[in-house]
Amino acid sequence: MSGKTFVEKALARAAGVSEASAGDILDVRPDLIFSHDNSAAIRRIFEKIGAKNIARPDRVAITLDHAVPAPTTQHAQNHAEIREWIKQQSIQHFFEVGRGICHQVISEEALILPGETILGADSHSTHFGWLGAFGAGVGRTEMAALWATGELWLRVPEAMRVTLTGRLQSGVTAKDISLRILGDMGVEGGLYRSVEFAGDTLSTLSLDERPILPNVMAEFGAKNAYMPPDDMVFNYLEARRTRDYTPLYPDPDAHYEIEYALDVSQLEPQIALPHQPDNVVRLSDAIGEPVQQAFIGTCTNGRLEDLQAAADVLRGHQVACRLVVIPASSQVLLEATRSGIIETLLMAGATIATPGCGPCMGNHMGIPAPNEATVSSANRNFKGRMGTPEAPVYLASPYVVAASAICGAIADPREFLS
Amino acid sequence: MSSHRCWVYGDNVNTDVIFPGKYTYTLKTPEEIAAHALEDLDSTFAANVRRGDVIVAGQNWGCGSSREQGVTAPKYAGVDIIIAASFSRIYFRNCINQGVLPIVCPGLNTLVQTGDAIEIDITNGQIHAAGQTFTFPRLSPSVQAILDAGGLVPMLQRRFAGESQP
Repeated sequence: MSGKTFVEKALARAAGVSEASAGDILDVRPDLIFSHDNSAAIRRIFEKIGAKNIARPDRVAITLDHAVPAPTTQHAQNHAEIREWIKQQSIQHFFEVGRGICHQVISEEALILPGETILGADSHSTHFGWLGAFGAGVGRTEMAALWATGELWLRVPEAMRVTLTGRLQSGVTAKDISLRILGDMGVEGGLYRSVEFAGDTLSTLSLDERPILPNVMAEFGAKNAYMPPDDMVFNYLEARRTRDYTPLYPDPDAHYEIEYALDVSQLEPQIALPHQPDNVVRLSDAIGEPVQQAFIGTCTNGRLEDLQAAADVLRGHQVACRLVVIPASSQVLLEATRSGIIETLLMAGATIATPGCGPCMGNHMGIPAPNEATVSSANRNFKGRMGTPEAPVYLASPYVVAASAICGAIADPREFLS
Repeated sequence: MSSHRCWVYGDNVNTDVIFPGKYTYTLKTPEEIAAHALEDLDSTFAANVRRGDVIVAGQNWGCGSSREQGVTAPKYAGVDIIIAASFSRIYFRNCINQGVLPIVCPGLNTLVQTGDAIEIDITNGQIHAAGQTFTFPRLSPSVQAILDAGGLVPMLQRRFAGESQP
């Protein structure tokens, strides 16, 4: 009888049962459920169901982030319907236009804690693995059901262990690790699995870098992802949290269906070519490909260190193509303003937009024209993702995006870092 | 046993091409949503799909964004059954919740072509196509119950209607 994986322990806890194993179907009661601009559509489904009130309004969060400030009357109407719903249902955690991207804001507000379970109406809900939480995405109808009943069925997934060893070189980041994993294993490499990270690299990653790994695992097909929380995480949460928690760790003899290991000490910067996130090559194989737009932001790479990385590369240089920078939250924007990062970016010719998802999924604030290439710090480059199928998208770290903005073509940031 | 016309696609088809993200907060009615089904994958689909047609895809169908229109767009266009070698997990759940039957059947998309007819026997879990018979796994009872109710909304409608009665 082998030990338990993280996901077996976390879902047993969320379902209130003593133990669970991969394959079990459980009714779980998440500690937090959240949605964003899709909340008006979820409200319409909720009303169709026939429920009167949200079962646990103190455990519901809604963030306006996908198209903010509203770019059209239709988007504004959508936001208005959500604000009305917030009041009507006494939803406790509501974050207005400009506060930031759901995953970043919920992390900053410490609304979810290690060992807890969070379900979001957003595919990148795997993000919360950085806190040692179970995070998974659900569809709109499921979110309506969660509002109505406070619970949802989940199958306990099989698990895969990703062991990272060594320390990253300067100019190489967790984004490059995540792209390498996708390149090695493909976008279906983690399909329907709990991707549980291990290894000595993890403790060397900063708080801003950690979310990148579980966030990008959404592109890996993962149900959830997990990083073992350590003192750095506990200290971060201490000043912010409003309830106690018990972190969960997999047993040493837990069963993993697949093992993947990577020594990151020799890793070079990576880049995903159009049109799939696993179409990954070494950056050196893509140098010189022309780009007309560069974009730094999103739930993957819009934190303070990401903006700092861009500033480190851009200081004393001018961009040769459009550079759109969108901080992941108002807190990131405030800190980047106070520390002079925003000034450095503006001096280099960047434009700064309201915290939110921006052009990532083609809504607004940086939609490319047909045949214009974008290099982006986001997590998806599917055909049409940024609004038009004729606009190719490259995915890379903020370092690479900033260097490429200077050159108007894919470039190596290490040439600009002293 | 029922006969269905196929629309055949490959591996790792993502929801951005099944229903582009730029429409997700503006298009609301079934007719509007159906008109853009598979828009950036197959521009001939929306205009030519007929009720009862099925999609036959490769691995990881519906990866990417969790947007439910990835399921409702083909559903509103007339597709009640989607067959794939494998599904992305959120897409699979969205199918169940929308009352669309997801059938896992590896290899079928390499043996049939768009326009071919296949026979599906849901009761016995069999597909007859390209001169062969394929069997597909049953859903677990709790998941089948949602599908049998016509989806998650009709199932919960019954539950909440029951609660409101004396």
